[in-house]
Amino acid sequence: MAQSSKPAAVPAPASDVVSFIINGEPRELSLDPRQSLLDVLRERLDLTGTKKGCNQGACGACTILVNGKRILACLTLASMYSGARIETIEGLEKDGELHPLQRAFIEHDGLQCGFCTSGQIMSGLGCISEGHASSPQEIQYWMSGNICRCGAYPGIVAAVADAARRT
Amino acid sequence: MLPFSLERANSIEAAIAVAASGGRFIAGGTTLVDLMRDEVERPARLIDINSLPLEGIRVEGQELVIGALARMSEVAANADVRRHHPLIAESLIEGASPQIRNLASMGGNLLQRARCPYFRMLDAPCNKRTPNSGCSALHGLNAGSAILGTSDYCVATHPSDVAVALVALEATMRVRGPKSERTFPVEQLFRLPNDTPHLEHTILPSELIMDIRVPIGPRGQNARYLKVRDRASYEFALVSAAVALTQENGLLKHVRIAVGGVGTKPWRLQSCEAALIGKKLDRESIEQAAQLSLRGTRPLEHNHYKVDLLPRTIVRALEMAGGLS
Amino acid sequence: MTTGMIGNPVLRVDGRAKVTGAARYAADFNQKNQLYAVIVGATVGLGRVTAIDVASVSRMPGVVAVISHLNAPKLAYGTHKGSIDPAVGERLHVLQDNQVRFFGQPIAVVVAESLDIAERAAAELKVSYSRQQPVIDPKDPKAQQVTPDPRGRVHADRSRGNADAAVASAPVKIDERYDTARENHNPMEPHATIAAWNGNRLTLWSKSQFVVNEQAEIAAIFGIPVQQVQVVCPFIGGAFGTSLRTWPHVTLAAIAARHVGRPVKLVLSRKQMFFTTGHRPRTLQRVALGATSDGKLVSLIQEANGETSRYEQFVEAVTSATNYMVSCPNVSTRYRLSPLDTSTPTYMRGPGEATNMFALECALDELSYKLGIDPIELRRRNEPTVDEETQKPFSSRSLMHCYTEGAERFGWARRDPKPRSMRDGRLLIGYGVASATYPVFYAPANALARLLPSGIVEVEAAASDMGPGTYTSMTQVAAETLGLPMDQVRFRLGYSVYPATPPHGGSMTMASVGSAVRAACIELRRLAEGAAVAAPQSPVFKASVEQLEWKQDRVYRRENAGSGISYREIGNRAGKPIEAQGSSDHDPELPKRYSMHAFGAAFIEVAVDPDVGTIRVRRTVGVYGAGRIINPFLARSQCIGGIVGGIGMALMESTALDPRDGRIVNAHMADYVVPVNLDISNIDVSFVEENDPHVNPLGVKGLGEIAIVGIAPAIANAVYHATGKRIRTLPIRIENMLSH
Ligand SMILES: Cc1cc2nc3c(=O)[nH]c(=O)nc-3n(C[C@H](O)[C@H](O)[C@H](O)COP(=O)(O)OP(=O)(O)OC[C@H]3O[C@@H](n4cnc5c(N)ncnc54)[C@H](O)[C@@H]3O)c2cc1C
Ligand code: FES
Ligand code: FES
Repeated sequence: MAQSSKPAAVPAPASDVVSFIINGEPRELSLDPRQSLLDVLRERLDLTGTKKGCNQGACGACTILVNGKRILACLTLASMYSGARIETIEGLEKDGELHPLQRAFIEHDGLQCGFCTSGQIMSGLGCISEGHASSPQEIQYWMSGNICRCGAYPGIVAAVADAARRT
Repeated sequence: MLPFSLERANSIEAAIAVAASGGRFIAGGTTLVDLMRDEVERPARLIDINSLPLEGIRVEGQELVIGALARMSEVAANADVRRHHPLIAESLIEGASPQIRNLASMGGNLLQRARCPYFRMLDAPCNKRTPNSGCSALHGLNAGSAILGTSDYCVATHPSDVAVALVALEATMRVRGPKSERTFPVEQLFRLPNDTPHLEHTILPSELIMDIRVPIGPRGQNARYLKVRDRASYEFALVSAAVALTQENGLLKHVRIAVGGVGTKPWRLQSCEAALIGKKLDRESIEQAAQLSLRGTRPLEHNHYKVDLLPRTIVRALEMAGGLS
Repeated sequence: MTTGMIGNPVLRVDGRAKVTGAARYAADFNQKNQLYAVIVGATVGLGRVTAIDVASVSRMPGVVAVISHLNAPKLAYGTHKGSIDPAVGERLHVLQDNQVRFFGQPIAVVVAESLDIAERAAAELKVSYSRQQPVIDPKDPKAQQVTPDPRGRVHADRSRGNADAAVASAPVKIDERYDTARENHNPMEPHATIAAWNGNRLTLWSKSQFVVNEQAEIAAIFGIPVQQVQVVCPFIGGAFGTSLRTWPHVTLAAIAARHVGRPVKLVLSRKQMFFTTGHRPRTLQRVALGATSDGKLVSLIQEANGETSRYEQFVEAVTSATNYMVSCPNVSTRYRLSPLDTSTPTYMRGPGEATNMFALECALDELSYKLGIDPIELRRRNEPTVDEETQKPFSSRSLMHCYTEGAERFGWARRDPKPRSMRDGRLLIGYGVASATYPVFYAPANALARLLPSGIVEVEAAASDMGPGTYTSMTQVAAETLGLPMDQVRFRLGYSVYPATPPHGGSMTMASVGSAVRAACIELRRLAEGAAVAAPQSPVFKASVEQLEWKQDRVYRRENAGSGISYREIGNRAGKPIEAQGSSDHDPELPKRYSMHAFGAAFIEVAVDPDVGTIRVRRTVGVYGAGRIINPFLARSQCIGGIVGGIGMALMESTALDPRDGRIVNAHMADYVVPVNLDISNIDVSFVEENDPHVNPLGVKGLGEIAIVGIAPAIANAVYHATGKRIRTLPIRIENMLSH
């Protein structure tokens, strides 16, 4: 498909009014349509638990759940998700109780620096709910969209397996 | 990223109409947003097509019909797909990552753009991005570049995995434009770079992909996708092969072979197929046939290994499909 | 020490913060009224900026400032050399002139109301250059070779005996060249700094493994007193060395914030991280070995060439281990540098040793085949009893113990030594081993311990935790020293106001900061005792020190165990915090008396697909003798991490530069390939018991680096065993497995 090689004219950033349900709470805000869900969470709503590791779709640090499915927040335009149900790491703890997968990450030491961890946990939730967590090998295959440069993979696999057994 | 306006299309006709006046479709956005961020893509007007009724996956007569907006993950998990065309499912889950596959649509996948690193660098010549600026990969670092279908203007590989499978399965696609609708083989979607590498597809910007149609038949059952890469997952193919075959009385009756990672488009290998018809599926005959894949290859300074790897990949994929190992 | 906390496999104390997203990393400290800065990097590899079209960008709505050498303040750039800076040369001075020294060098910074606007404006900024041809390849005939300056503290040449002659006359010899690739650390957290000025005081929320150095360096650059700069970094999203130094973006964030008079957030893009935040230098090496036919080494030569920049001499210990790993009468090592038109390299996990040992351990493996001697046996026959270079005894050396233990765990006895002899179905199986080593470093550190009226003890040090578990292990050390349960101790780090510590690198955090924490806690206990005997209502009122005894958190009068007083009561009665300072008590004579290193053995099983050439590591056994292990649970994780890094180094990682202009072509997370989950299976880490009273008061040697060191050679050796292909260039990829 051809694309124009001339830069488009530079209009002032437009703004769209968009609403989401984030961790169960309705939020409405006006957005520059260029903003990704990732930047909206981090820079507009101060939900900094979701991380920007590459902004290239190539690391998984920005994984969140949108309408129950794990996706990469950096590859989205937030204005396309008006009305969506969004879950981030901040929403998992309920009344001071960690989610079983969060507990499992601590117990199996599925982390070191912790920077990939939010993405790993959100991805792990997706992995379990998709039914892709029945064996360590299967978990490895379906958790390979989340890079951990610290190399905490064995602990991550153990944590997902453990939580899958318990849920 | 350049500013743009975004509108949600409520009907197919409306979407096409906006596209005809310069709008650009966006589905999962995993190609488009990524390249817009690097300002390689500069659409001024985006049409969000995600509310259009192009999602379903179904069997219609002797065809498996996959809506253009079906997500890679949905297609891979779909029971009809797995029953009739496990090859499609296999090629899908070998691509990208689970999170990307939840976003990425089938239509978008076919139209995804080159992963050649210079294509993304606004400060490097690239004929695909900026016509007539030159090709940086030709005499640059080109380990990932294509060896088939290249020209002096462009050597970028086509990165899709599922497109390779669809070409092997002789799938067709249905597209609708402002005036009419047409259906043609997926293989014909892709253009060779020649001296116009910025023109990648045979459809017009105003044509909307409606669905992909894959003939159902016995071939679908003995079909495998083999993707070879240094890292076990989340990496594009160095070389990949999709093969489908049927045998009768111990001899090959139908064979379809397409390869990825080596061509400027998903590459069908009819010469290899022809050499195998009527042969016994054994190591010797497939090795001989696989050598034919090298006809017309044009390796560059850093991608000679693909010449070595291509026939080996085809051999393994055929062995896998034929149950030899 | 009383509670037996040290040595316990306790869970991370900061685990909860990390699994809930509550842990804040540099870029997470959003400030009110904050602007966004984006760096514009040079698009030529060498030359000069001749023009910048600032006007058209400044006019864009939302753009607040465009800062380049044309309008940037002339900064003091006072003398500052941190312990992690190259001793020779001068750091890059940003925006001070129009010179372009390497591709991607920051030449301007754009500040805007939002990130999208700033990114757009940075992309739009038109810059003209006069360009020259950079030299970026040490093999380029135009590349010079220089002898490292002695001020760099790394030996250029060392020799004992006559290595050349001894190789020439040796009955069995190996003489080969080994190349290792340039690598980027690529931690998951991009470098980030949020800068905010309040008058002439600057606060930096900034990713750093060395906050007190960042504080001092920025103060020197701006010519302001150190106390006017604060650096805050409670969490680091991995670094592996890339955040030891203070790179130009920190200065740029501070310049920008001062220029616009508002807090500014500057986060490097993944692509930019490849250009200005250091890298493991590419090395070209030669190893020659001479041996008798029964496998006794008679000669060992190692020559290494490393890359550096034109403006600084980065040196690392690429030849050091060669001098003490094996027993050999004739040894010569030589180290040279190629100054290239790139940014300055820096330490990356296992710096020096990781590349050194790749060459040495592959060469030893090659020799073992030539001799027909098992590679472990070969090492056994050449195991030294003292450090033969310095003639000092080793403070402890468990290398052979590690091999014995590892061979057992791995099942080394099952190995058929013939290359290409082992299979699993179609797959070729190979076993390989290699030694690992890393020196025990130490630097003075300080800590503060504070007993609060609530009975809680706070311990503070300006240390870092990039993942090994500093928070946890220091809490353990403090708890054990004080006799308190861990939940009564809060360890804090990452603020430059805390007592100074050495860099969080070189595997010395535990030894250095740990010793300081221990000292501070011992002192706190002494002060608590003093407070207890001074308080009239206290059960130990007026007791003498000899009469006192501690049991866990209570101090008693020896003859009256029934009536003690706890920290909580002491703190409570004091009514205000009781503070104690501590410094690591280290005998500076120790390194003069002992050769101090950690040792380990790595065992690898690879499976190579003979058809398509894929290489997968199926099993790793790593056994380490690293002194006392403070927390085996976290130590294991740390070693697994090092091993995963080693797998990347061996099979995937290489930063690729286009020789035409020096651009990095794979500066992208999808193109610079590192291991994913599916690449990693079955890692078995263990520690041999090692009681080393010499290294430091805690008896710890450090683990962060050693775990990566032996992995690449063990993999290369396993690949040879599997396939009969000896690959001497890293990384080893599918393409190396195909041609014959
Ligand atoms: C890090 C990374 C790794 C990846 N790895 C792989 C891999 O290994 N294998 C692989 O195959 N792919 C891989 N991909 C690519 C990914 O599969 C594609 O980006 C995705 O399939 C594109 O689909 P989309 O819906 O997101 O497309 P979009 O980005 O929405 O659109 C892409 C293009 O298609 C056009 N378009 C979309 N839908 C239609 C339609 N119905 N009709 C007409 N035009 C349309 C758009 O206008 C645009 O030009 C990877 C991507 C990333 C970021
Ligand atoms: S930040 Fe989204 S994938 Fe890396
Ligand atoms: S824990 Fe550091 S990147 Fe995964």
